[in-house]
Amino acid sequence: MGDWSGYLTLILQGAWVTVKLTLMGSALALVVAFIAGLGRISGHAALRWLATGYIEFFRGTSIFVQLFWIYFVLPMTGLWAPTPMQAGVLALGLNVGAYGAEVVRGAILAVPRDQYEACTAVNLTRFQRMRHIILPQALPLMLPTFGNNAIELLKATSVVSLISLADMTFQAQVVRSQTGNTLLPFVTILLLYFAMSSVISFAIRRYERRVTRGLDGVR
Amino acid sequence: MDQPIIRIQNLQKSFGTLKVIDGLNFDVMKGEKLALIGPSGSGKTTILRILMTLEDISGGRIEINGEPLYHMTKGGAELPADEAHLHKMRRHVGMVFQHFNLFPHKTVLQNITLAPVLTQGVGRAAAESRARELLDMVGLADKAAYMPSQLSGGQKQRVAIARALALQPQIMLFDEVTSALDPELVEEVLEVMQRLARETDMTMLLVTHEMGFAHDFADRVLFFDKGRIVEQGPPDQIFTAPQEDRTKSFLRKIIAAGQRV
Repeated sequence: MGDWSGYLTLILQGAWVTVKLTLMGSALALVVAFIAGLGRISGHAALRWLATGYIEFFRGTSIFVQLFWIYFVLPMTGLWAPTPMQAGVLALGLNVGAYGAEVVRGAILAVPRDQYEACTAVNLTRFQRMRHIILPQALPLMLPTFGNNAIELLKATSVVSLISLADMTFQAQVVRSQTGNTLLPFVTILLLYFAMSSVISFAIRRYERRVTRGLDGVR
Repeated sequence: MDQPIIRIQNLQKSFGTLKVIDGLNFDVMKGEKLALIGPSGSGKTTILRILMTLEDISGGRIEINGEPLYHMTKGGAELPADEAHLHKMRRHVGMVFQHFNLFPHKTVLQNITLAPVLTQGVGRAAAESRARELLDMVGLADKAAYMPSQLSGGQKQRVAIARALALQPQIMLFDEVTSALDPELVEEVLEVMQRLARETDMTMLLVTHEMGFAHDFADRVLFFDKGRIVEQGPPDQIFTAPQEDRTKSFLRKIIAAGQRV
């Protein structure tokens, strides 16, 4: 057991990969969620169609398969051969982004019609209406579900171990096979995953409090 | 005589198979104060919403300052108005809603300055000083930094009036602006509107169930039923000597309900 600190370092290196995947994947998911969510309610049929196609496809297929396609099949086209990290971020971001898009759309549609009419009455353009009136009111409605999505994404990061990216779960397996100790590495990563998801919950809740300030009594 | 500021010709509006406005014609002269009264479902609110471009029309024609609202001329042909045309025409019109429709995430001051800054290119400082003047006029100078949720209904409605005025429209539409208020808050809103009617030459169209106020406020009263004007004239004539049976029976019901006319 004397080597345990070395093995812990290995797991912590994996944890750092998991954190990077979670942060970059969430950032991509957020951007994609807004683009596709707004596309779903766009006035242009082509945009609506494109957004719907993306959402249905990425919600309707397994993230494993999506990852394999990005990592193994995409390079066969000769266009681009992503690194394992790039493939992981892309698969996680596009997959969770598809769920997020429906959250964005739902929250925007939940802003009362009154608000749209007030915007027309003061003659805002569509863009100004979305930017200044609708999105700021829709954002507080999105946050709780975004928090859930981010936690789902964190937990899904372990799929990258299948394309030999050394994330936390991957490293725990390595430690287990080298030490023969099953309990210790898995208890360690259990606690680490839980700590990470707690950070996400806490951060979202704080942000939620900030953006809903002044809106009390409205909802 | 000058050309009317609003001209409505053979206006039609249906919701599905339900005809709410059926061949409506009337003109409004600049500076006129009109009260639109009638039973609910008679189409009066729909007319205001059409003038604010919140509803599309099913037929007919509306002109504001001689320019068609729902039509535009392009290459010699008259086409249905696009969003750019509507945007241009909306500058002439402002509206105050029954349920205020303030922006809940903006302060009172921001509610008023937002549109002038974004749509009219007014500088922030100028917009704010104008907003403070307007708040002073509606008696809410001390509430500039409040959020709408901290105000009473009457105060919200006065902010909504200030917000509409900040854009300096030529035509103001008031859609049952006191219907959602507790009775003791109605007076403060009516007072503001009365003062506006006296002190400005804005054209105003008012849909209301407050007959007493319609009497004091309006130059002309239009009584609507089933999407048509049944009778119109100066308030004294409509309220004290109505000619049409439907007007008489409507007013009788209102009086029976305890209202002053």
